[in-house]
Amino acid sequence: MIKYIIKRLLMLIPVLIGVSIIVFFLLRVCAPDPAPVVLGQHATEASMQEWREANGLNENIVVQYVNFIKGAVTGDFGESYYTNNSVLNEIGSRFPATIEIAIFAIIVATVFGILIGVVAAVKKNSIIDNASMVLSLVGVSIPIFWLGILFIILFVKILGWLPASGRIDSMLRPEGGTGFYLIDTLVQGDFEAFKNALWHLILPGVTLALYTLAIISRMTRSSMLDALNQDYIRTARSKGIGEGKVVLKHGLRNALMPIVTVIGLQFGSLLGGAVLTETVFAWPGIGSYTVECITKSDFPVIQAVVLIIATIFVLMNLIVDIIYAFLDPRIKYGKRES
Amino acid sequence: MASKKVLAADGADVQEAVHIEKPESRFKAMWDTLKKNKAALFGLFVIIILVIIAIIGPYITPYDPNSQVMKEAYQSPSASHWFGTDNLGRDIFSRIIVGTRVSLFVGIAAVAMSLLIGTILGSIAGYFGGKIDAVIMRIMDMMLSIPSILLAITLMAALGKGIDKAIIAIGVVSIPEYARIIRSSILSTKENDYVAAAKVIGNSDRRIIFHHIIPNVVSSIVVRATLGISTAILDTAALGFLGLGVQPPTAEWGDMLGRVRSMILVYPYMLIFPGLAITLAVLAFNLFGDGLRDALDPKSRS
Repeated sequence: MIKYIIKRLLMLIPVLIGVSIIVFFLLRVCAPDPAPVVLGQHATEASMQEWREANGLNENIVVQYVNFIKGAVTGDFGESYYTNNSVLNEIGSRFPATIEIAIFAIIVATVFGILIGVVAAVKKNSIIDNASMVLSLVGVSIPIFWLGILFIILFVKILGWLPASGRIDSMLRPEGGTGFYLIDTLVQGDFEAFKNALWHLILPGVTLALYTLAIISRMTRSSMLDALNQDYIRTARSKGIGEGKVVLKHGLRNALMPIVTVIGLQFGSLLGGAVLTETVFAWPGIGSYTVECITKSDFPVIQAVVLIIATIFVLMNLIVDIIYAFLDPRIKYGKRES
Repeated sequence: MASKKVLAADGADVQEAVHIEKPESRFKAMWDTLKKNKAALFGLFVIIILVIIAIIGPYITPYDPNSQVMKEAYQSPSASHWFGTDNLGRDIFSRIIVGTRVSLFVGIAAVAMSLLIGTILGSIAGYFGGKIDAVIMRIMDMMLSIPSILLAITLMAALGKGIDKAIIAIGVVSIPEYARIIRSSILSTKENDYVAAAKVIGNSDRRIIFHHIIPNVVSSIVVRATLGISTAILDTAALGFLGLGVQPPTAEWGDMLGRVRSMILVYPYMLIFPGLAITLAVLAFNLFGDGLRDALDPKSRS
């Protein structure tokens, strides 16, 4: 198993090098010159030339790439064209916001997705089942940003229950700590701030969750229907085991494999969805920051974001494969399949 | 079963094949199943309406979608402006009608592009295997390791705004998906006897791929492509919403939402109808695609 994990980790290296080449090529070769965007339309040719020189954009493209990779390996992604802060700091300060919303969304999507899927499968063709099918269809068809807009109109404008933007009221912002406001406020014992942060999290979190929730409930339903049709379920029932135990222990346990795959794969689309959700709710995470940097041609940041997100994504896939082995003892990695 | 069909349909290749009665055409069998699926028919109906609107849209709008009448700005929906007017006094209903063409065109063109390139790459990888397969599929893996919307906005940053650029960005993003489907279909089809037979009688690789393998994986491609159009329409709208899509003043549904985003609490009506249009279009292609899948592959029906 450990051998397999190491092998898979080594296989990630060429993938990430490839990703870095793709991104670097797109932004440094295909993209228009960032100098006029960064310095403004009225910048003189001389000042732009000086700026390019200072940012190493005049070097040979291969040299630029090698420098970029050398830095990236040590966690040095250069500086933002605008703030002169290191890219890693810029991203690091926004990272907890995105992880917080992503984890919130994946929890909501998993809990409710599996719950709805199981109930729909057990009560097949009932009202609940039909409602769940409609929900999953709408969930995959509605644009995530428009869903956010509808939520704001309903819960902020009409009902006035929840805040429309930001992570927390500025007065209550916790100092220092991990950057995860829900954790920081709890640790500091500031329950009012905790409640405030949670209130801010609900709308963007649920918006981000809905697509994944739809996919998970759909997958759970069909996977559960498969499992519940198996002979061992009939056997379990005929032995007089309670229906609840049959469904959960014999049904869900065996239906779990495809569900875990979907959850793992969804994590990537969740990070992508964060780009849109954060923009709608002015959530100060990496997603909205990336969009801002793209409109400002702040290329060092974009390169770093894409590379970091790709790394997280491929690691997630690896983790899913490892979880497999625990859920299904028949799977043994490291041996060649025939 | 599958091999019999090919013999009958492509009898010329296999000399003097045993005479087999021609089976009912695949298309008819599919249509018979599809007819019974109300949701899929509704999807098809909406798609047809959308296509008609996309074609005649610009000629039937009540107002010029791009004319800015400042004294008519910020009007709520009314009899004269069904969906209201935007901050520049443009009629939202007219802009949604005209935007249909952009969304459908980008959606279909992007899918066509990724389908073509994905099919070629997937066929080569699946049919030849070995090193070529490894190289192509590793590149696909690299592209798949970047969330699609992130890759799409990076591409837009590199290419700049515009409908043609949006097609490329959205098309490129889904190439790996098609390449993978085609590759795995080819890997499973390749082992069939009729492919071996075609090889034995000396058909060229290209002929085998295009005449014997592709026709047998075409149904899964059609389904994937139909569902792919809905994803492409969503991606187009997302790019537009982020301000990375079309050039102004082109009316595009996502772009219409993005531009008036900051007015959501004051003029919420501006943000309702373009989103409704996107959802309806995406829903239609999803319903029809699901229906096609069920009709083409009886096994997937639960």
